[in-house]
Amino acid sequence: MATTIQVTVNGKVHSHEVDPRTLLVQYLRDVLGLTGTHIGCDTSNCGACTILVDGKAVKSCTMLAVQADGCEVKTIEGMAEDGSLHPLQEGFREKHGLQCGFCTPGMIMASADLLSRNPNPSEQEIREGLEGNFCRCTGYHNIVKSVQYAAKKISEQEKVAQ
Amino acid sequence: MAGDELLILFNYLNCKTMIPNKFDYHRASSVDEAISLMAQHGMDAKLLAGGHSLLPAMKLRLNQPGVLIDIGRLDELRYIKKEGNELVIGAGATHDDIAHSAAARSTFSMLSEAADLIGDVQVRNKGTIGGSLAHADPAADWPAVMLAANAQIELRGPNGARTVAAADFFTGFFMTALEDNEIITAIRIAEPPKGTGSSYQKFMQPASRFAIVGCAAAVTVDGGVCQKVSIGFTGLADGAFRASNVEAALTGKKPTEENIAAAAQLAGEGVMPMSDHFASEEYRLHLARVYAARALTAAVR
Repeated sequence: MATTIQVTVNGKVHSHEVDPRTLLVQYLRDVLGLTGTHIGCDTSNCGACTILVDGKAVKSCTMLAVQADGCEVKTIEGMAEDGSLHPLQEGFREKHGLQCGFCTPGMIMASADLLSRNPNPSEQEIREGLEGNFCRCTGYHNIVKSVQYAAKKISEQEKVAQ
Repeated sequence: MAGDELLILFNYLNCKTMIPNKFDYHRASSVDEAISLMAQHGMDAKLLAGGHSLLPAMKLRLNQPGVLIDIGRLDELRYIKKEGNELVIGAGATHDDIAHSAAARSTFSMLSEAADLIGDVQVRNKGTIGGSLAHADPAADWPAVMLAANAQIELRGPNGARTVAAADFFTGFFMTALEDNEIITAIRIAEPPKGTGSSYQKFMQPASRFAIVGCAAAVTVDGGVCQKVSIGFTGLADGAFRASNVEAALTGKKPTEENIAAAAQLAGEGVMPMSDHFASEEYRLHLARVYAARALTAAVR
């Protein structure tokens, strides 16, 4: 019994018939071709598949596509705007917050949730905010610096805007 | 099977893809509709709230319902409010909702402490308290806290509504007092008397963040003496339980370091502890004593 869903992904409305057992991450990768969202552990431990659903970080391997019907989804592909990197993407590049890059999309999306709640997090708060995301390369230090870079950049941008 | 063991089984089976079995999907527009859908589909149906216990089990094919009834969008279940001298938490409140609720924190600080220690941010954004209680994982955090808070769990089914005390709700390994076609609608927690402090302390498995041992303690101190002590444990045995021996040992005594240490020594006595490759029976019992002392100390601080 296929179910029709309508999901807004990175600002674009999509409507598809899906098998109810389709995981949201499969829908994003296999139906929409948005392969920036990675499947790591497939058991909701590693956080590589983290995306934003209605502004909140979720693990898309542990959510059905039908549960996202009517929701606003944001993936790593939706972070850069008008050809310029999001401050988080820029931060990960400037501060060497990645090596192999597998965990990076999930790290960035989880960091986006963190910064939306807490624009100026302490190091401890960043580490706690990313406790659901595993990185097996960096030892996390540069990831923390990347998020700090982004927090600073965003607050500077907001000051300029005011 | 505790949440951690799911992961081990997954690794053991060397699964490459994890997609649930086929099922039919219904999104309920009200609690009443969910109940009638359950009655219609019988044992083949499962309720889907946040899905953070059910979907991992379905992906491993440990649970293969033919019908999923989605109650994750029901606003009538998602609230946290004060009603008279009670805190009422809708079953659909997420762990994150509770972690950030001033009403929950002011009733029992262990509620926000526990909510904040469940899984990680992503899990807390989706997982619900009602789902966690219905699932009754022996390593879940909420059951211990519900026991220590003397929570009343409101259920609704085809025959109407009823209320079950937390102490009667958890009946064993993934077992609860829920009957066929019943749904948890809310959790009611009475405002504790003045002088009550509480804490939830947990030793967690570092990857899954499930409790290896978790201890929730609420202590009412009046006239320098512990008048009421409530302690709930999770992770230690095949289901959450009240540590009435520890409670009795501290009740009527002053909340001193020595008295707390003496009472905490009794934690785990007469309990058949779980054992797995993260923690042996002996180690779990040791942790029970250590975490009972920590929770009690933090509760009376």
